[in-house]
Amino acid sequence: MNDDKLLEKSEVIRVKDLSFMQRAYVFEILKGMFKAAKQIFKPTFTIEYPEVKFEHAASFRGRPVLVEENGVERCVACGLCARVCPALAIEVQAAETELAKERYPEKFEINMTRCIFCGFCEEVCPEEAIIMSNEYELAFSSQQESIFGKDKLLKSAEIMKPRLDFLRDHR
Amino acid sequence: MPNVKITLDGAQYEVDNKKTILEAAREHKIHIPHFCFHDKLSLSGNCRVCLVEVEKMPKLAIACMTPVAEGMIVNTKNERVINAREAVMEFILINHPLDCPICDEAGECKLQDYAYKYSKGFSRFVDNKNHKEKRVEIGPRVMFDAERCISCSRCIRFCDEIAGVHQLQFVNRGDRVTIETFPGQSLDNPYSMNVVDICPVGALTNKDFRFKSRVWEMSFTDSVCHGCARGCNIEIGVRNNEILRLNPRRNDDVNSVWMCDHGRLETWKNVNAENRIKSSKIRKEGQLVEVGWDEAIAKVASELKSFGKNEIAVLGSAFATNEDNYVLAKFAKEVLGTRNIDFCRHAEGVDDAVLVRADKTPNAAGAELVGIVPQENGMDFHKIISAIKAGKIKALYCLEDDVALMPGIEEALSNLEFFAVHATNHSKTTQYAHVVLAASTYAEKNGTMTNFQKRVQRVRPAVTTFEQDRALDNFEMSRWDKFAAHNDKWGKGPRRDARPSWKIIASIAGVMGTKYKFNNADDVFNEICQKIDGFKGLSYLKVGVKGAIVKQNHVAV
Repeated sequence: MNDDKLLEKSEVIRVKDLSFMQRAYVFEILKGMFKAAKQIFKPTFTIEYPEVKFEHAASFRGRPVLVEENGVERCVACGLCARVCPALAIEVQAAETELAKERYPEKFEINMTRCIFCGFCEEVCPEEAIIMSNEYELAFSSQQESIFGKDKLLKSAEIMKPRLDFLRDHR
Repeated sequence: MPNVKITLDGAQYEVDNKKTILEAAREHKIHIPHFCFHDKLSLSGNCRVCLVEVEKMPKLAIACMTPVAEGMIVNTKNERVINAREAVMEFILINHPLDCPICDEAGECKLQDYAYKYSKGFSRFVDNKNHKEKRVEIGPRVMFDAERCISCSRCIRFCDEIAGVHQLQFVNRGDRVTIETFPGQSLDNPYSMNVVDICPVGALTNKDFRFKSRVWEMSFTDSVCHGCARGCNIEIGVRNNEILRLNPRRNDDVNSVWMCDHGRLETWKNVNAENRIKSSKIRKEGQLVEVGWDEAIAKVASELKSFGKNEIAVLGSAFATNEDNYVLAKFAKEVLGTRNIDFCRHAEGVDDAVLVRADKTPNAAGAELVGIVPQENGMDFHKIISAIKAGKIKALYCLEDDVALMPGIEEALSNLEFFAVHATNHSKTTQYAHVVLAASTYAEKNGTMTNFQKRVQRVRPAVTTFEQDRALDNFEMSRWDKFAAHNDKWGKGPRRDARPSWKIIASIAGVMGTKYKFNNADDVFNEICQKIDGFKGLSYLKVGVKGAIVKQNHVAV
């Protein structure tokens, strides 16, 4: 009896609801090819990546950079970015400067293997000194290389204007 | 002590009638905010943030200056009080600059905390803030930022009442009020840096620590200052395995809440110093050469064996812990069999009226108590030195102390056939040493110090050596320490291959054929507590954070 039941269950039920055209197969192939051929005349959607670069909206969050204004960084080395960074990627060492801002970062390092591009550093910064750039091409051949110092982080305010404007508008 | 019954926030308490409302509330864990009130200073009552409602009084009263009275009903949290408090905070914040990002006090700032807890969170003030001088060197060790000052007068009262010199004074009126020293003078008393601790804002800051680190990036370890025999309770602030500053820690029986500038600035610099001894060294062809622990220990053991009992002298140290000195005394008596045991005393000048003691060592009392005293017919320090000069004593074993600084001793040291010294830094003494054993500093080991009151107090490690691990060895950890990976640069910092002296001595004893069963400093202290009368009944647990008095003036022989 058990064997009979098993037999019943394993029976395959074929749905025979295909139309004649579908069963003929060749018409379906032609239909598909026609759909594909239609795309040739539409504008291209993809870009040839390494040669052509993707243009971002100002809201894009690439690697964080330090804003440089009049030859000095805006940063006052308050350490809030280092505190808020969920990945602990940022290390700041403050020192005294003669300028009115009193302190500046003697050392400012972001470990880019730790950075998760969350943008919290930008959000917490009281000076609008660390902001997210549009750079996303980050490849390293060693861990040492992935630690970005002030030399790689500093970007002038003119270059960063689109992002700074975006931040002003959406504050 | 006559008591009165008062009602605080609806609950009845019986309190001493000499107390003020603020003190009574404090005793019962009700926090009333305050800036100018400090329990070690006189009352001033000028910040007005401690306003509370006392029923049947027409106006709100300041809790810090209103004494309690029978049947008093006090509200510290009702709407009227909260509104008044917010108004006071608004007034204080009107001219306070938004300096938190560049202010060293941020993170431990009373005004920052209260602005968060007791303030509205926004400003209605649209005019420009009042500007004052920002970088004033008010003293050789203290920086003053006039804009940040909220005129609480704590620093002025500290100088007058604790340091005993009238160096600071309010000048001008209204929103132009500021603190100043007399022209040509500066805030240079030996306790001047305590004003940094009591300043509720970042107006007075520590020049030495200025901008070195944010406080939330540091770990703080309870320890004891080793600048003099007072043994002020301190916290050691560490980041990246480097000491950055010391703070006094409250202990009413020892240092109240203060410490001297010398202790705060000078006593820990050797830990990070360039001349730190990073590993043990043996003199080969006139030069000290770095060697491994096994070689250094074997060398000391074989050299010590080659001298007769009466040719060896042992010097303990008033800078080393009780544990180090105890194990040294035990080693000298049981293994070397010498009777010439003593240590070098460093008393200079006189005790001052506040904290500083004439004895400039942290543990002279402890060294004596645990047995660093000349045995029967043994020589004391001065006799040892003259015996070395006479050639009667040929080998000297010395604990962490720069004995060569004492007059006339260098000549004696050059006369020695064998001189082994435990040292933390290169010094005059190490120039004469045949073997230098790299000893941990007080900030790298567990142990106890006994101050001039015979109070045993704990030192705890704050900086790691090669053989320690922050997480495994129960160190205080900052956020950086907790999450540092092996390839992160921060959280590493310099480390040295140093060991606590008791451990080094125990290893030498082991090589010489006597095994000591000490695994850690606790084991040594437990043995001290069993063997030495004054310490009976003590343990690290009982010593705790405030220390414990040794019961009698017993001197072990």
